Amino acid sequence: MYAYDELDRTIINERVSEFRDQVKRRLSGELTEDEFKMLRLQNGVYLQLHAYMFRVAIPYGTLSSKQLRRLAHVARRYDRGYGHFTTRQNIQFNWIKLAELPDALSDLADVGIHAMQTSGNNTRNVTSDQWAGVAPDEIEDPRIWSELIRQYTTLHPEFSFLPRKFKFAITASAHDRAAIKVHDIGLRLHKNAEGETGFEVLVGGGLGRTPFIAKTIKPFVPGRDLLSYIEAILRVYNQYGRRDNIYKARIKILVHELGIEKFAQEVEDEWLQMRDSALTLDDEVVEDIRSRFSYPVYEKLPHMPEELKKAAHDPYFEAWRKNSVAPHKVTGYAIVTLSLKPVGGPPGDATADQMDAIADLADKYSFGEIRVGHEQNLALPHVARRDLPALWRELDKIGVATPNVNLVSDIIACPGLDYCSLANARSIPIAQELTRRFANHDTANLIGRLHVNISGCINACGHHHVGHIGILGVEKNGEEFYQITIGGRADENAVVGTLIGPAVPYGEVADVVEDIVEAYLALRARPDELFIDTVKRLGVEPFRERVYATR
Amino acid sequence: MTSPLEQKKIRITGPSMVTANRTWDGVVIYRTPDHGWSVNLSDAAIVRTSDEARALLAESVADDVGAVGAYIAPVEIKDGGKIRPGNLREHIRSEGVTIDLPVPA
Ligand code: HEM
Ligand code: SF4
Repeated sequence: MYAYDELDRTIINERVSEFRDQVKRRLSGELTEDEFKMLRLQNGVYLQLHAYMFRVAIPYGTLSSKQLRRLAHVARRYDRGYGHFTTRQNIQFNWIKLAELPDALSDLADVGIHAMQTSGNNTRNVTSDQWAGVAPDEIEDPRIWSELIRQYTTLHPEFSFLPRKFKFAITASAHDRAAIKVHDIGLRLHKNAEGETGFEVLVGGGLGRTPFIAKTIKPFVPGRDLLSYIEAILRVYNQYGRRDNIYKARIKILVHELGIEKFAQEVEDEWLQMRDSALTLDDEVVEDIRSRFSYPVYEKLPHMPEELKKAAHDPYFEAWRKNSVAPHKVTGYAIVTLSLKPVGGPPGDATADQMDAIADLADKYSFGEIRVGHEQNLALPHVARRDLPALWRELDKIGVATPNVNLVSDIIACPGLDYCSLANARSIPIAQELTRRFANHDTANLIGRLHVNISGCINACGHHHVGHIGILGVEKNGEEFYQITIGGRADENAVVGTLIGPAVPYGEVADVVEDIVEAYLALRARPDELFIDTVKRLGVEPFRERVYATR
Repeated sequence: MTSPLEQKKIRITGPSMVTANRTWDGVVIYRTPDHGWSVNLSDAAIVRTSDEARALLAESVADDVGAVGAYIAPVEIKDGGKIRPGNLREHIRSEGVTIDLPVPA
């Protein structure tokens, strides 16, 4: 867990009283909507179809049980009893009343939660691996660096009025769970040949209307130089970035137009002038932040406790364990993913009652800590393996033990036309139908790892471009249609998917996905060749044929 | 649906209304013939020409305190004069989400 310092608390509290005053003036008519809009966006408040939507940051996806209970409270007291976890380690409330927002913000501020920089043209929530600090293969805890960047960019004048929004993601593991290649700046912690720790810096990734996979501009930047190097990138961006055209303003477009070599050179030139400036990070600063992250005092526990051996006879437990339990860096412990993708449910939603129950379980079994991942699931990061059977029974009772993590029904979906004012088409009912079609766990297991991602419009909040199967809602003559891509992925080998053919109507999407899956099962070279690898090997053609032969 | 937030030129091709969200709580509202707002689509003022639409929108936008994000949207007039939403987006705004909410109201 991370303990905020006095400065953070002061900033957060000042923000709440400022916003309370702004809301008051908006409701009295002293501020027009035009004047108010930017102020509300700075506090994470959007206007959606039915109501205001309130987006709250969960920095690097780490929550305490106390914070989760407070989110539950906000859901219950100010909203309709649930919240939606997003792909960027935020939670959104869909039915908030503007008049009550200052109270909600204030309740959250009490536990160090805020909504700053969850919208607007600034640096957004710095996301990280949801397994940070506990993944066995990690170099070091990437959240220390996420926090450094968060502190450095929060309210930094130069970063508050960028040409466009700006997103960072950091990972410290070989397997990228933070989707760093679809972020404006992606950072990968690794060790160089000399054994020093530093960052591979990638820029220009992004989804939306024009998707790009980030490219490496420097293979190794030592930790002490991280901030000066980032500042150099931001300066080049601020200098060249297109403020005249919202569709061209993201750094990905600049990188694309300048070319990666030229962009890298510009950054290098800028950086050489300032690398030894005040931005150089002293070890003390880093250590200070490191010291604010507390880790549990783990017990010495066996890898194979009796409880686990006994439970292994229960096939339901085993199905869940194999699917949702991952190795931990400490022997005797495990990382447990909580699926927020029940059959027939909206992906990523959790009710206030579930949040409270999960907070209690985190206290009992995970040292009071919960994580939020970009796949819209939660995780308990420090569970003793002996407690797994007991935990599983409790998770099952509250509906978050569906053994479908990383399987076809573990769908990422944006709110789509049911909530979102920008949508062309619905996302949630498509996801729900797919989870019903693939409800049989044995079938889903047979299919193996397969990520279906759905967005209701080209803004790509549902990451459709990088879904193994991507579904994008479009409009044709007032009807909902969907373009289907295959072969995308968001991990260390990220690529943008390829369109398989003309868009299909709402009622046919689930059939098409079933066709694609059947084609894969028939085409795969071996039972363990993943969908994504079969597509890579064969290209989209055989899938296209299968889908359109009868349509 | 192409988002009406991108509405630039006003040209309507059938019966239309003006809708917005109520400022203090965000609830969906419709401009009424007596220059107020209602949460019921059945109370909406119906316009049939682009000029009427422009005028209705102008007076709606002028109420900046009461409403936010006003725009023109199509309606269908059923036999008997019943007003129905003219597209899926407006259907969802007027009837609510098409899915079961995680917590029943
Ligand atoms: C419902 C209200 C929402 C609105 C109005 C909204 C709006 C937008 C817009 C306009 C973009 C495109 C920006 C650009 O390309 O510069 C975008 C991108 C994005 N949004 Fe949302 N969004 C909403 C909800 C969500 C949700 C629920 C999620 C997560 C499930 C999400 C995650 C993202 C992500 C990951 C992108 C990535 C594209 C990128 O930055 O490269 N958004 N959003
Ligand atoms: S992808 Fe489009 S429809 Fe989905 S939440 Fe983002 S803006 Fe809305």
